[in-house]
Amino acid sequence: MIRTRQWIVPTLYIAFLMLPIYGLISMSFKTTNEILGGFSFFPNEFTLANYEKIFTDPTWYNGYINSLIYVVMNTVISVSVALPAAYAFSRYRFLGDKHLFFWLLTNRMAPPAVFALPFFQLYSAIGLFDTHIAVALAHCLFNIPLAVWILEGFMSGVPKELDETAYLDGYSFWRFFIRIFIPTIAAGIGVAAFFCFMYSWVELLLAKTLTSVAAKPIAATMTRTASTSGYELGLLAAAGSLTIIPGAFVIYFVRNYIAKGFALGRV
Amino acid sequence: MRTVVCISTWMRISSRLRTSTANTMARIDFKNVRHAYPPPPGQPPVYALQEVNQIWEDGGAYALLGPSGCGKTTLLNIISGLLTPSEGAVCFDGQDVTRLPTTERHIAQVFQFPVVYDTMTVFDNLAFPLRNRRMPEKQVAERVEQIAAMLDLQASLKNRAAGLTADGKQKISLGRGLVRSDVNVIMFDEPLTVIDPHLKWLLRSKLKELHKQIGVTMIYVTHDQTEALTFADKVVVMYEGTVVQVGTPVELFSRPNHTFVGYFIGSPGMNVLPCEVENGTAVYRGHRVDVSNLVEKGLDGKLEIGVRPEFVAFSSHGIPVRVDKVDDLGRFQVATVNHDGDIIKMVLAEDAEIPSENPRIRFEPDNTRIYENDWVVEAVSQ
Amino acid sequence: MNKTLNQKAWWLVLPVLLLVAFNAFIPLMTVVNYSLQETFGDNVFFWEGLTWFEGVLNSERFHAAFLRQLLFTGMILAIEVPLGIAVALTMPRKGPWVSVCLVLMALPLLIPWNVVGAMWNIFALPDIGLLGYTLNSMGVDYNFTQQPVAAWMTTVVMDVWHWTSLVVLLCYAGLCSIPDAYYQAARIDGASAWATFRYIQLPKMKRVLTIAILLRFMDSFMIYTEPFVLTGGGPGNTTTFLSIDLVKIALGQFDLGPAAAMSLIYFLVVLLICWAFYTIMMRDENQ
Repeated sequence: MIRTRQWIVPTLYIAFLMLPIYGLISMSFKTTNEILGGFSFFPNEFTLANYEKIFTDPTWYNGYINSLIYVVMNTVISVSVALPAAYAFSRYRFLGDKHLFFWLLTNRMAPPAVFALPFFQLYSAIGLFDTHIAVALAHCLFNIPLAVWILEGFMSGVPKELDETAYLDGYSFWRFFIRIFIPTIAAGIGVAAFFCFMYSWVELLLAKTLTSVAAKPIAATMTRTASTSGYELGLLAAAGSLTIIPGAFVIYFVRNYIAKGFALGRV
Repeated sequence: MRTVVCISTWMRISSRLRTSTANTMARIDFKNVRHAYPPPPGQPPVYALQEVNQIWEDGGAYALLGPSGCGKTTLLNIISGLLTPSEGAVCFDGQDVTRLPTTERHIAQVFQFPVVYDTMTVFDNLAFPLRNRRMPEKQVAERVEQIAAMLDLQASLKNRAAGLTADGKQKISLGRGLVRSDVNVIMFDEPLTVIDPHLKWLLRSKLKELHKQIGVTMIYVTHDQTEALTFADKVVVMYEGTVVQVGTPVELFSRPNHTFVGYFIGSPGMNVLPCEVENGTAVYRGHRVDVSNLVEKGLDGKLEIGVRPEFVAFSSHGIPVRVDKVDDLGRFQVATVNHDGDIIKMVLAEDAEIPSENPRIRFEPDNTRIYENDWVVEAVSQ
Repeated sequence: MNKTLNQKAWWLVLPVLLLVAFNAFIPLMTVVNYSLQETFGDNVFFWEGLTWFEGVLNSERFHAAFLRQLLFTGMILAIEVPLGIAVALTMPRKGPWVSVCLVLMALPLLIPWNVVGAMWNIFALPDIGLLGYTLNSMGVDYNFTQQPVAAWMTTVVMDVWHWTSLVVLLCYAGLCSIPDAYYQAARIDGASAWATFRYIQLPKMKRVLTIAILLRFMDSFMIYTEPFVLTGGGPGNTTTFLSIDLVKIALGQFDLGPAAAMSLIYFLVVLLICWAFYTIMMRDENQ
């Protein structure tokens, strides 16, 4: 049981977190005139016009769809290739294994700014500029090492005896891996997928650099609004508010694994 | 919540309290203690402790024995104050401590796995409880050396606590309890769980030795009957939330009051067989059996006879059985026989002969008892 | 775990190696390439050796951006780590509120970084933003688009708002892994709340704290989007951190040589510090 005084800190902290979000959401329900006219805590003229615009204008809602597409692509790719690799790091020693692992982690530490221009040139050169797969692949640079790191942590918590028993029972490697091992580390997969989703969904620089029209993510559409048509703040606010929703969904689904996941299975 | 206040005992004991200096020992009273953990919403409470009424004399070495889920850890936590019972009262030397916080109950507890402060040395670990109570440093040092000597820890005093083996760490946990001179009760919650088997015996002996030396009340919770029977003067057997029997190991063995006690203690456990009472005698599947607690009053409910394998012997006339298996365990043999589908175990001397033709068995009457609804029937003097 | 020696494990690692190497080596080679040469377009290159590196290392602009970056990272670490620990300590560990707390606290982490910047931009606007309006109506002269100090403060608070939850969740996970028996033993030993924190909670959190500090250091050192959307690097260049400066040079001015050299130096600095952290962390684990 926690004492009443203890409630103050989390409550204040959460209030602090909610304030700017509230500011954004309330602005999304105001007309541009009201916004520019001055400050009001609640919308005086409640309007859904901003949201209407977003749901009806393809340039807007395509932004969301594009973002979701490449994020899901990236998550699927990252987790799928990370699974066998993490297994290898967890169960086997091989030539250069420690160095490989460390090299993988260094890619997580790569500043996207360093890679922006080279990526632009690379993906243009292979003809993948302005495609979803380009962004999905580009994000693999830092998401795959993260997924491998997380999964390896979870896998190390599963004793090797499980594998050996399965082999004795006649399972082939892949059958064991898919039917027995993966369900065992389901929580770890959930956590890895969560982090891949998160870091891909929030990343802007590379996503913007590698796309122009066809695969334009919502982030790019939003910045265009601010510069070209002047300050359509209400629209911007609505667009921003909508980007919070996928994130909220994902957190809600993995909420039970969050604590476990952040410990990266290594406690 | 009903709280029973021990007024009469308080008045009787208070005079003694006024003359004693520190509370070094405590008599523990449980009055109508029941406890239910908060149930999920909309469901009735499930009682982990059904009803406990006990008086445990101070200075004793008690073992709380029972299978997982029988309520022994719950009872232990109620004594230490880590849990407040939903009903009933706990008194130390007559003083109601039910609502008293842990720090004021002067108890010590050793947990299932070693709890040590990793960042501190062994010395600092042992000194921790004393320093928290602002004891002068010189006294702290003296006391720590004293306890370390008792526990054979002097050599490692300067080492980091994290580097010790499991049994060393448990000794530190124990030491932290012993180092305070105001401890009423020391409680052990299955403390040997993580200790290597060959060290368990050493630690158990050490605990017994310490108990003799210091004389503080010790309560030892375990599900291992060997640990309980070797450590305790009195064993408290618990089953499904109730205290089923309290007694010395010998009493529990030879005179179990509950079928569970018979089954749990001794290896192999007591044989429990269905029976009926006809015309004042016990009848087992048509065979008349002499028992030691025959009663005249009518018995209803589930009737069984209980007899330990040590008191079942082959004889020329008796209950015919089929011998299924004989295990030679060195100093004795265990025979598994079968009568009408009932499996009966017998403990025989190592050189005893197993009859090959028409084996029949007989139960020794002095050690055969009738149980009604699992409880032994109180004998009526004849 | 007793790992068996098996070179065939390389097959399992191959897909990862290919994908990451594709994204890492080729661009990196490009960068190295540019950093050592000069081009005037049309794919004609002249060897320049270490000229660009010297140029960058000696440039005032680079020093300024580097110092700003160090100051920024230092400030946010100094705020986020203690704040994160404090919030984690007071969060409930059991009961119905746990999920609510976790979800609400994790929310800022999942907002696209440009939305974070835009959100705070709107929030802090002097006349129409919740924060800006409140501050100005209380008599504080606050305008982050024109005042460097206000810009810095807003950027720091924005980062604290954005990322402290990562520290909180990591520390919370570490705290949850402490068995109840430790707290019970501390109570029995008469330990004060501070002693409990110092001898039980903090040591058990050491590993997750190291991860948290490492992650926060890395990510804050590479920060680009949020401050860029919030202040654009200004007013002037007062909030131009390393990444922002680099992107200006690379994508804005297309000065490939200096940009590439700066990239490499930048990358090396991050790598060095992370390598140090990693070694410390691994050494602790093997102890």
